[in-house]
Amino acid sequence: MGDGRAWRRFRKNRVAVLSSLVVATIAVVTLTGPFFLPPSYAQPSALSFAPPSLAHPFGTDLNGRDVLHRVLTGGQISLLVGLCGALVSLFIGTAYGLVAGYAGGRLDAAMMRIVDVLYSVPRLIFILICINAFNAKLQGFASEMGWDWLVSSSRIAILIFSLGVIEWLTLARIVRGQTLELKSRAFVTAAVGLGQSHFAILTRHLLPNLTGVILIYLTLTIPAVIIDESFLSFLGLGVQAPMASWGSLLADGAGSLNPIKIRWWLVVFPAVAMAVTLLALNFLGDALRDTLDPKNSAK
Amino acid sequence: MIAFLIRRLVALGVVLFCVVTITFFLIRISPGGPFDRERKLPPAIEKKLLEKYELDGPLWQQYTGYVSDLIRGDLRDSTKYLNRSVGEILIQTLPVTMALGASAFALAVCGGVVLGVTAAAGKGTWKDTLAMFFALGAVSLPAFIVGPILILVFSLWLGWLPVGGWGSPETLILPTLTLAAPYVAYIARLLRGSMVETLGQDYIRTARAKGLAERVVLYRHALRVAILPVVSFLGPLAAHLLTGSIVVETIFHIPGAGGFFVNSILNRDGFLLGGVVIVYCALLVLFNLAVDVLYTLLDRRIRLDG
Repeated sequence: MGDGRAWRRFRKNRVAVLSSLVVATIAVVTLTGPFFLPPSYAQPSALSFAPPSLAHPFGTDLNGRDVLHRVLTGGQISLLVGLCGALVSLFIGTAYGLVAGYAGGRLDAAMMRIVDVLYSVPRLIFILICINAFNAKLQGFASEMGWDWLVSSSRIAILIFSLGVIEWLTLARIVRGQTLELKSRAFVTAAVGLGQSHFAILTRHLLPNLTGVILIYLTLTIPAVIIDESFLSFLGLGVQAPMASWGSLLADGAGSLNPIKIRWWLVVFPAVAMAVTLLALNFLGDALRDTLDPKNSAK
Repeated sequence: MIAFLIRRLVALGVVLFCVVTITFFLIRISPGGPFDRERKLPPAIEKKLLEKYELDGPLWQQYTGYVSDLIRGDLRDSTKYLNRSVGEILIQTLPVTMALGASAFALAVCGGVVLGVTAAAGKGTWKDTLAMFFALGAVSLPAFIVGPILILVFSLWLGWLPVGGWGSPETLILPTLTLAAPYVAYIARLLRGSMVETLGQDYIRTARAKGLAERVVLYRHALRVAILPVVSFLGPLAAHLLTGSIVVETIFHIPGAGGFFVNSILNRDGFLLGGVVIVYCALLVLFNLAVDVLYTLLDRRIRLDG
């Protein structure tokens, strides 16, 4: 897979270019947007449940905070958790799949059996329990060590880590399959013949050939982790107030839906922000799969 | 076949034992006790309560006592909902969750099959493009986006369907749609892939050459083979639906087991949590077993040795 060729094919794919532009725009807007809004918008005010207007384009919430500001800062949290969680899962899935595929035989069979079993366990349910069990422990540990930054964001750290820990199964399967295939190629046999260590073969010869696949699944895992995080925040078990993520904003919005006063802006704006992000990331992943997947480029 | 079933049922026992153990210790090591309230209880009363629920004594004793109760079929009493046993709560709430799950399951499979076959049969046409575009959209959007938007449009603006609740058939429509939508899409995508492959095979050309109606070729001949990847997805599907129904029940205020599940974590109600987790895992394992058996019935080449 020549890099220049893959890049050219990527540029030709209009869906891929468009969705990566959308993702980049969302990232830039959520990161810089809050600086352009008046600082008072972050604070509660007397202006409760104001519908969208020129001053507050997305309206205000129960406590009179600007919803646009909340959606932007919530987006920062959602994207951060999505990216970091996906990286954790990337690390675990790649290592696991590489070892299983390279070792082969019984170890491979046993490792893949474990993956099969984990697939049918309701993993998020265990995450729910884990977060509750370990959060205070980590907070205590962090304050003991004097890591103040970790005390306030311990919940997010646990979220990122535990979501990464549950989202690696698909990647492990795919990396294992690719490794099995690559293992029998001549360049691996040559490396073995030259007496290179297993570790060197794994990291220097097999891993570089897997970057395409890994990149594809990174883009597909980010939205999956964002959804998981929002799932937990929606149930009130993820990000805690006053911090917000798209999931907790949606939960607030859904909670204030009632037939007498339809406060649609509390639901529609977080929903649209999140939907556009998820769609763009999924379209990007799909398009990358079309351009980078070695199976497709063989045709 | 019999040996296979016995082996799998033994495995079910092992899985449940592990799940119970993990759940028990996770909830015990988490901070806060089951009787922490806004105002602290007098120590004497708290001690009596702990005694009543057999939560005094060393941890391993609590654990062995709990496990031996479970083996005798006693799920114990909830520590939050006083004087209600876990079994009683589950009997009331599980049918609700199961009804929602079953209707979403049916919709996901039927909708996904029709959409997938339509897309594969019209490969490259506008039907295919439209179906796959819809599918990618629906796969990407989780229940907590779809649910509130559906409520906003169909309940509040149009006023056609109730906002939430449980009881009449209309209350089932929006939750089922919300829960099933991503999986309709996922099954459609899965099926389209395998269907396109199957339709290129010789026996399909033979069937067409015999002059069979296109519908018979698609649904009777091709689908029988192409459905296999979908069948193996049914196990994970059940797991996703059970997890997903927690959110859907919250959005639509449905009195199912999902709400009790979330509350039991927040209230440190270990026995209730244990009961829900045991039932969920048992359902999943049994369902996966049923799927494996179904698989052999559909494809005679596969034999159950594992």
